[in-house]
Amino acid sequence: MTTLTATFKDRSAVAAWTREHGVYIALALLIVYNAIATPNFLKLDTVQLLFSQVPPVIIVALGMALVIGTGGVDLSVGSIMAIASAVLAKFVVGGTPIGLAMLYAVIAGLLVGVFNGLVVAFARVQPIVATLGVLVAGRGIALVITGGALVELFVPIFKDIRLGKFLGVPYVMIVAALLAAGVAFLVRRTAFGYRLLAIGGNRRASVLAGLPVRRTLIFVYAISGTLAAVAGVIATARLRASDPSYIGLLMELSAITAVVVGGTPLNGGRVRILGTVTGAILLQLLESTLVSHNAPDSVARMVEALIIIAAVYVQRPSRSSR
Amino acid sequence: MSTPVTSSPILSVTSASKRFAGVRALEDVSIELHAGSVHALVGENGAGKSTLIKLITGVYQLDSGTVQLRGENVAFDSPRSAQRAGIATIYQEVHLAPQLSVARNFFLGREPTRLGSLDLKRMNREAGDALKRYGIAADVKRPLGELGLGIQQMVAIARAVETDASVVIMDEPTSSLEPREVDLLLELVAQLKAKDVAIVYVSHKLDEVFRACDTITVLRDGKLVSTGPTSELTRRQLISRMLGRDAAELEKDGRTKLAGHKTNIEGEPLLRAEHLNRRLILEDVSVVVRPGEVVGLAGLLGSGRSETAKAIFGALPLDSGEIEVGGKALTHQTPASRIRERVAMLPEDRKAEGIIPDMSIRDNIGLAALPQLTKAGLVSRKKVDDIVKTFMDRLRIKASGPNQKVSELSGGNQQKVLLARLLCLNPRVLLLDEPTRGIDVGAKAEVQALVAELAEKGMAVVLISSELEEVVEGSDTVVVLRDGAQLGRLVGDDISEDKIMDLIADAASERIEAAK
Amino acid sequence: MTAPTTKPQKTVAVAADHGGREAARARARSLTSLISRNGAVAVLILVVVLGALIVPSFGKPDNLRNVALAASFIGIIAAGMTFVIICGGIDLSVGSTYALATIISAMYAPRGSFIAVLYALLAAGLVGLIQGLIIARWRLPAFIVTLAGLTGVRGLVYFITNEGNDHPKIDGRLAFEALGTGSLATIGTPVWIMLVVFGIGWWALNRTPFGQSVQAVGGNQGAAELMGLPVKRTQTIVYVVSGLCAGLSGVLTTALSGGGQEARIGDAYELSAIAAVVIGGTLLSGGVGSMVGTLAGVLLLFVIQNLIVQGANLNSYVQQVVSGGFLLVVVILQAVLSRRAGTSET
Repeated sequence: MTTLTATFKDRSAVAAWTREHGVYIALALLIVYNAIATPNFLKLDTVQLLFSQVPPVIIVALGMALVIGTGGVDLSVGSIMAIASAVLAKFVVGGTPIGLAMLYAVIAGLLVGVFNGLVVAFARVQPIVATLGVLVAGRGIALVITGGALVELFVPIFKDIRLGKFLGVPYVMIVAALLAAGVAFLVRRTAFGYRLLAIGGNRRASVLAGLPVRRTLIFVYAISGTLAAVAGVIATARLRASDPSYIGLLMELSAITAVVVGGTPLNGGRVRILGTVTGAILLQLLESTLVSHNAPDSVARMVEALIIIAAVYVQRPSRSSR
Repeated sequence: MSTPVTSSPILSVTSASKRFAGVRALEDVSIELHAGSVHALVGENGAGKSTLIKLITGVYQLDSGTVQLRGENVAFDSPRSAQRAGIATIYQEVHLAPQLSVARNFFLGREPTRLGSLDLKRMNREAGDALKRYGIAADVKRPLGELGLGIQQMVAIARAVETDASVVIMDEPTSSLEPREVDLLLELVAQLKAKDVAIVYVSHKLDEVFRACDTITVLRDGKLVSTGPTSELTRRQLISRMLGRDAAELEKDGRTKLAGHKTNIEGEPLLRAEHLNRRLILEDVSVVVRPGEVVGLAGLLGSGRSETAKAIFGALPLDSGEIEVGGKALTHQTPASRIRERVAMLPEDRKAEGIIPDMSIRDNIGLAALPQLTKAGLVSRKKVDDIVKTFMDRLRIKASGPNQKVSELSGGNQQKVLLARLLCLNPRVLLLDEPTRGIDVGAKAEVQALVAELAEKGMAVVLISSELEEVVEGSDTVVVLRDGAQLGRLVGDDISEDKIMDLIADAASERIEAAK
Repeated sequence: MTAPTTKPQKTVAVAADHGGREAARARARSLTSLISRNGAVAVLILVVVLGALIVPSFGKPDNLRNVALAASFIGIIAAGMTFVIICGGIDLSVGSTYALATIISAMYAPRGSFIAVLYALLAAGLVGLIQGLIIARWRLPAFIVTLAGLTGVRGLVYFITNEGNDHPKIDGRLAFEALGTGSLATIGTPVWIMLVVFGIGWWALNRTPFGQSVQAVGGNQGAAELMGLPVKRTQTIVYVVSGLCAGLSGVLTTALSGGGQEARIGDAYELSAIAAVVIGGTLLSGGVGSMVGTLAGVLLLFVIQNLIVQGANLNSYVQQVVSGGFLLVVVILQAVLSRRAGTSET
């Protein structure tokens, strides 16, 4: 009996440890593997490429992590990227200074996020359906804004966004890192962060503790929308055009995957920012690793599917807690 | 302990024990069920009734002890296998599919088919006939959810009974029934009894227990208090066994740490909640508390004690009633607005309504006081650390540190964390719903001492407990409730377990009179 | 001082009223379920009639036939999705599974119609089975498991098509092409097949023990377990059903087009299918739903899109705005109505 409980404890300790650190170990292993097996991996170019590809996913996943932390999900992020891109194009073409146009694009994302939040908090529609409606309608709205066409944009600053570097690190990666730090700060240090986690952890108890549940939910979706819009602006700059039928397509899936692989449980109450960032990098690196070993993109997707299952499997609640 | 039935039992549980995360839910409990006999299982919340039932029906597995069915050891791994062995269970909440028709529910899991298709004609006919036999008139084609809860419960019972079960377990079957339906149900119980079925009847409604049951087993705090024939027990004795304590236990645990009554408390009431009405839940309940006073709410389970506290705290919408704190009338019926007036409540259900399980002790404590601990949206770590340290020391919360997850703590320490959450609000009015339930003796004494101390410092305290002793010894005034209505108010030296139980028992017997 | 005020009469009255209140609530609930169950059908009829009156080209038989044909592929997928959602789950993988069946049926066409269809359905059913087993046995969230399915199966589709460069085509005529291109009473076979699928689906949901289990499990999994229903088996089977439906839809697509599909075919079909199910009045929380509603939901989505194109002569992307907006209106109404009926607390 005692040995049995002892092994059980050990096993649950191992499980808990894996749960906490799985994603970092996976990334570390992948880097070590690459360092040994992939020629030129440690050359800056590979890393540079990675750094320029991954930021939009990271930025969107940060907002997604907050939403998932409240026990919800935001499927509308890809469409919000498209809306932001379309708004940006509209204003740039109309002669608005680029800075202001970017601001408007981000505000558009914020507004869509607030709408999501209102539907979830007040109408109490399940987040997945509420944001599904916005996913479908949002891309249509973006297409309406640009008249359905791809709008090429010749804006000097886009080149900086695309290629600009500070101490060898691309600007967009710095932006993503700053935003990640900001969101982590929000979660850990502000009253808003406390409330968000409390609501996701136990909504009823949060109401009884006097927390402003609805307001907090609206904020969370607003942040998710805002961050998606930022990612939309970056994606537009990289494309040098606004293409609302393409920008942000399937981004909701990549973002949810990054969050889940990063160890944030879907049922809310916990948010892991560093895990989310690591998850996004892991998935991107996995793809480029396989590609550099001549494994096709299709294999990368299948491996990604296995990683998703593995990630939720190690996080699955243990049976002993009833 | 003599039993009227001499035959060998159909089902017997011997020395059953069960713990959840180290907390005792059931300890060394044995019962025997006999064919053609109705066995009542009574006790307050947390006494272990549902745990015992779930151990018999395969929802939980025993830690130690045995279950024997017709003399053979059995260990059911799921409710499904228990049902196959002839143990049917009717749960308190109607566990059926409300969207399906009555007949479909009646046959759920054992539907008759013809060529792979449900034989709806036969289902409707047989379900209708069966229900009619039990005196239930309902259109069996209508969705179950469209019927009243009482009928739903009756359908659930008929469904369970029709499976040819030899043991039928009913967990609070009448909690949602009208008096007429209760009669119907008790008739059904009599029918089953005549068919030599062994019945377990869980209820906190004493009149039903006395009307229908042959044997009464009392559980308290996970332990068996007594088992014996109904005829050898008076209503009064039963209540005292459910709520009170016996002499041996008294000597062992000593007196409670509550202060005893103060008779002349001066001053204007701090909390004045009057004429609280909520259709079907509360009926003209009034609670007035002065600074330094502890007002106890006494009554059995379902008497409206928790609902009264929730109403005062703004967590239960009211149809009418006035709530004043410190002379200021409160109109906004939300918990947040109460907390701003420094009214705090410890909820009854620690797990569902209290703790945020994934959060640390530190974050759980600071949660409600966030507005005070925050400057420009930023939580002041220092302020939180200070307050957490203060209360962890003061309440002697045992943990590896403030950053330990609250879900890893024992029940007593979780309760202290919740108390700390309330106390750092610096409340004027404290509503405590079952502050000592499910926590160990040591922690219990500490919590009781704390309550007394807080009242001493001038707080207005409302205390709810299913342990009568705790209410009696800790309160300066006791409001006695039953079925959401106020039965009486006891002050000072008038407060005694006897008087409270008399009030409840009188009301109960009058109710039987009225029903007859 | 002591002032016992006992009022037994009152107590009885309260208890009696209790039942009355419950009955009132139940009536309100049934009204809500009536609206959400048949609302989609009513709105569909209204839209079709009004549409035909206002937009002449919409009401032409040719146009209506085309709308029905276009709707049948998502329709069949949505039929399977209805089972999953009523059972309390969700299946995001159907678009990828659909693509897999499309490609496999075209790839194996040289070996005869039977093999082609069989292999495609087997593959699709297997995808459902694996997901169902993972969800039911390991108790992992369906959302994530089928998200992995979406990604992984799409990867598989690219893998077997040489990274999307192969577009297997059917050479010559094959028997199973008639499934897509044939017609009966001037209406295309896929439409008839969709109707048969919905017919069988309705029967399975309402007239078989399995259907009872699906509804009971989705309504309250714990209760279903306590009642002794085969919860895990039911949960597994619904994903197989969903996979098979997506597979059938894929086979019909190949049959209609003669193959040559892009590997990205069926992208986001899961979203359309879920939207159709939700518009049809099936609650995402499980337990409650109807096949008829889903059929009406699918047709509504396609009719509205068609009306916008035909009538308003608006750009096709306005369809999306209207579809999404329509979905939002429906779910908000459902949420508000069900709150009225008192099924959710504050």
